[in-house]
Amino acid sequence: MIGLTHYLVVAAILFGMGVLGLIANRKNLIIMLMSIELILLAVNLNFVAFSAYLHDLVGQVFAMFVLTVAAGEAAIGLAILVIYFRGRGTIAVDDANRMKG
Amino acid sequence: MIAAIAFYLFAAVVLLSGAMTITSRNPVHSVLWLILAFFNAAGLMLLCGAEFIAMLLIIVYVGAVAVLFLFVVMMLDIDFAELRAGFVRYAMIGLAFAVLLAAEVVIALLGWSAGGLKLDQRIAPTPDKMSNIEAIGHLLYSHYLFVFEGAGLVLLVAMIGAIVLTHRARGGVKGQKISRQVARRPQDATRNMQPPVGQGVEL
Repeated sequence: MIGLTHYLVVAAILFGMGVLGLIANRKNLIIMLMSIELILLAVNLNFVAFSAYLHDLVGQVFAMFVLTVAAGEAAIGLAILVIYFRGRGTIAVDDANRMKG
Repeated sequence: MIAAIAFYLFAAVVLLSGAMTITSRNPVHSVLWLILAFFNAAGLMLLCGAEFIAMLLIIVYVGAVAVLFLFVVMMLDIDFAELRAGFVRYAMIGLAFAVLLAAEVVIALLGWSAGGLKLDQRIAPTPDKMSNIEAIGHLLYSHYLFVFEGAGLVLLVAMIGAIVLTHRARGGVKGQKISRQVARRPQDATRNMQPPVGQGVEL
């Protein structure tokens, strides 16, 4: 029988993969953005699983808002990536030290 | 039984494609694996009855976000092999972080299933006689109307931001400036002259 726990375990592993991808692909900004998408996907999976488990629709509504923010974040992130590449000719994150932050 | 088989199939494929997304050598393959992950996550959501979110995931992510990624990956001319330097070293650190976070989640899960939390105070219980999309629509357009419009505002800001960031004003392009055309008056553009005979006009 498939229960809430199964969903949560899948989402936890997916979340861990996203974090792993974020750190392991430290030089490649595109893969980092994709890892963030994976993390948000895991979060959405949790929301939907809890929504179904608790018979409460708010989880699904909130998952929709997470989806909205994720789409906006991807658009802005890729736009920044494009202008960064236009200016520097590379997308290595290590080179992004112009502001000396 | 079929649900269990479908769950394990979707879960296995979503985890596999997630792993391939972060380990692929070619970013185009990464994007394609990401699309597969989204499809199977949508399948997982369908299994627990969230039809609307599942369809939204396919339309928004596969239709828009993943295609955007694909465009950007193919547009940029990058030597990706160089960017993978140090992958193994970083992967070790990342693995430690990932295991730590996943372990925290599992611990929280165990604590939760052991009881002690009261989570059954529902704000919007699922109605019995409505379909999923109908119930979400009722909730979204009444109780969460302002949040919904706020989400629209977020998308508008993201759209304007992306356009402003990537727009390039190119010099030397001849375009029509309608405001200048409309603002032009006859007295600015024409002159009345009385030229003497045989001398012509100096423009």
